[in-house]
Amino acid sequence: MTGLVRGLLVALVLALAMPALAVQPDEILDDPALEERARELSKGLRCLVCRNESIDESNADLARDLRLLVRERLVAGDTNDEVIDFVVDRYGEYVLLRPRASGSSLLLWAAGPLMLLLAAGVGFGYLRSRAAARPESEADLSAEEKARLARILEE
Amino acid sequence: MITELGHFALILAFMVAIVQAVVPLIGAEKRWTSWMAVAEPAATLQFLLTAFAFAALTWAFVTSDFSLRLVVLNSHSDKPMLYKITGTWGNHEGSMLLWVLIVTLFGAMAAWFGGNLPPGLRARVLAVQSAVGVAFFAFILFTSNPFLRLAVPPMNGQDLNPLLQDPGLAFHPPFLYLGYVGLSICFSFAVAALIEGRVDAAWGRWVRPWTLAAWVFLTVGIALGSWWAYYELGWGGFWFWDPVENASFMPWLLSAALLHSAIVVEKREALKSWTILLAILAFGFSLIGTFIVRSGLLTSVHAFANDPERGVFILMIMAFFTGGALLLFALRAGAMEAKGVFAPVSREGALVANNVLLAVACFVVFVGTMWPVVAEMAFDRKLTVGPPFFDMAFSPFMVLLGLLLPFGSMMPWKRGQVSRAWAPLKGALILSVALAALVWAIQTERSALGPLGVFMGAWIASGAIIDLWGRTGRGPNRLGRLMRLPRADWGKATAHFGMGVTFFAICGLVAWKQDDIRVVQLGEPFDVAGFTITLDDVQQVQGPNYISTMGFATLEKNGRELTQLRPEKRIYPVAQMATTEAAIDYRFLRDVYVVIGDPQDNGGWVVRTYVKPFANWMWAGTILMSLGGLLSLSDRRFRVAAGAARRVPQGGVPAE
Repeated sequence: MTGLVRGLLVALVLALAMPALAVQPDEILDDPALEERARELSKGLRCLVCRNESIDESNADLARDLRLLVRERLVAGDTNDEVIDFVVDRYGEYVLLRPRASGSSLLLWAAGPLMLLLAAGVGFGYLRSRAAARPESEADLSAEEKARLARILEE
Repeated sequence: MITELGHFALILAFMVAIVQAVVPLIGAEKRWTSWMAVAEPAATLQFLLTAFAFAALTWAFVTSDFSLRLVVLNSHSDKPMLYKITGTWGNHEGSMLLWVLIVTLFGAMAAWFGGNLPPGLRARVLAVQSAVGVAFFAFILFTSNPFLRLAVPPMNGQDLNPLLQDPGLAFHPPFLYLGYVGLSICFSFAVAALIEGRVDAAWGRWVRPWTLAAWVFLTVGIALGSWWAYYELGWGGFWFWDPVENASFMPWLLSAALLHSAIVVEKREALKSWTILLAILAFGFSLIGTFIVRSGLLTSVHAFANDPERGVFILMIMAFFTGGALLLFALRAGAMEAKGVFAPVSREGALVANNVLLAVACFVVFVGTMWPVVAEMAFDRKLTVGPPFFDMAFSPFMVLLGLLLPFGSMMPWKRGQVSRAWAPLKGALILSVALAALVWAIQTERSALGPLGVFMGAWIASGAIIDLWGRTGRGPNRLGRLMRLPRADWGKATAHFGMGVTFFAICGLVAWKQDDIRVVQLGEPFDVAGFTITLDDVQQVQGPNYISTMGFATLEKNGRELTQLRPEKRIYPVAQMATTEAAIDYRFLRDVYVVIGDPQDNGGWVVRTYVKPFANWMWAGTILMSLGGLLSLSDRRFRVAAGAARRVPQGGVPAE
């Protein structure tokens, strides 16, 4: 009985598609410089069927296809930009993990620096106003606060 | 039976929460002491009832009660006991119950330790906290009830997602929730202060321990999650800028800002309205995080229970609390006048700079996280904002923050001089530049990241030490005085030192990691980055609820055996999922991380090897940061405040 169960489980193990982990040895290019560029490019391309993974880390078949495509283009002599353009032409800008700073996405890239300018301006204005403020004295305390102060000092 | 009692307790807790949200608030307004006094026992009762409901659900998981829908969907009788217990919160409904349990826990703690608060403020804080509870009780009972039964119970369950069958699940979500929900107390304090129209130094002192606690929990929770991802996902990544990670990171950034700005309120009675706003936003971002995880608005590896109805409910909770509080803020913020007078170059000024940088960094993360949705809805562009964007857009703010940190922490209050803060730091700068140059000279690849990390780490860490040493003054016996410094000083130095370590570790790990992918024949050694690895054997091993393909590998260096490694691939037949279990040799200066892949036609196996320098330093840095928070939390002035609570007789403090 247990033998049967075991046999079934082994069959199941074989039947369940084992995830192939990210870059496979047979994908790796012979030229280390090219392979290095391929890895670098892969890190900036999104696996289209995954959730927020680059094709360099993804186990999906589609990611493997894309990795092979990138390497194919590199071997054909494309520059990095040409490879990226080629992939974007095919799959749209959705595939880029780093959105291009163009059109409405300029807003995205400018958001941080603009906010920093704004916040630094407001912050500095606040600091200036504090520097110019009249120093407080005990006479400024309200009656209620004086009572509290007396109580605290007693303790 | 126990299940029904648990369900009943949860409904009762809901009722108590409604009472606690309304009665003390009216009492505080009308100054009716008896009405205000309802809050304290109600908070305790609410917590006990919710704790009972949670225990009942845990019991159902422990005993594998498959008449419960939730247990069927997320458990299996073969599952190890640890994961039966942790499986209670490894799903949407159970994790919401944990969430609301922590809301009531914090409410109860505010009631127990809030003896030194003015009665009006305490009643209002507890009422607001309970109102948050009401919303989440309603959410659980009406959309995500964990206690639903099945008419026909199946023989066994469908098992928990195998990725979650890990000790990480026992600690990561509870810590994270303690952090998220801990911010709800700061939120309650902020709203209560707005209702009262009064924020003073005492308010700053009351709110700071809660912020510190929430921040420590968030730090630990995020670090645990990062470590979990590091060893579980199979390629040693530790941070992916995933929307859900960002959702936890944004409250972390804001609570870090809040705990610094609350110092200014406490010591100098300034930055009041900004601190209130931060407290509201920090919890607001916790709610946004909840919304992102539960609604499926953004695709993420964490998202579970993607259900629009639930998403809309949480959106409403978020809109009500954040929107309501912000409206209140707009009406009342004008009443909060700053008192302290100070020059721009001062500790106050430095803390303002800290807040500006942390808040803007949080804003960048927020915009990046939400941009895909905005771009699709507003500009009809379907695009992705991934790690390369965040690395580029976020990191400069952290570098700037790190550069300013040693200066700022040395600045005196009220009025400082750049030249005077600069003098003791010269040594730190020379040391940091020298170390960075040395590293630049000896590293093989000419990347700037490693030296930058060395510089930042050395600068921040040595700055923290110099700051602490500078607190001991002049003259003899400085060492003795060092030991007697307030714990808050030690906490500050420890946390800043930890941040330096984390800075360095992240840069070092990213700059100098090495990896190797190859097909390996059994018994044939191969070299990676100075290590020799031999895959001796691969065997099928039967686990309790999985089958493992286990590699038996030997790790050697210079002909000396360091350790045996057991990388695994596991198949979970019930859940029909496979996971990889990396084998990691943790050492002080580096980790060696080995993963076994697929068998090849020619008899070999794919083996991936990663050498990760300074990985442990990253976790050590976050532990130091949390430790710093804990040290500050145990500072005498907070303990004295807590002790004073016991000495003040009940009703001895006149209403204000």
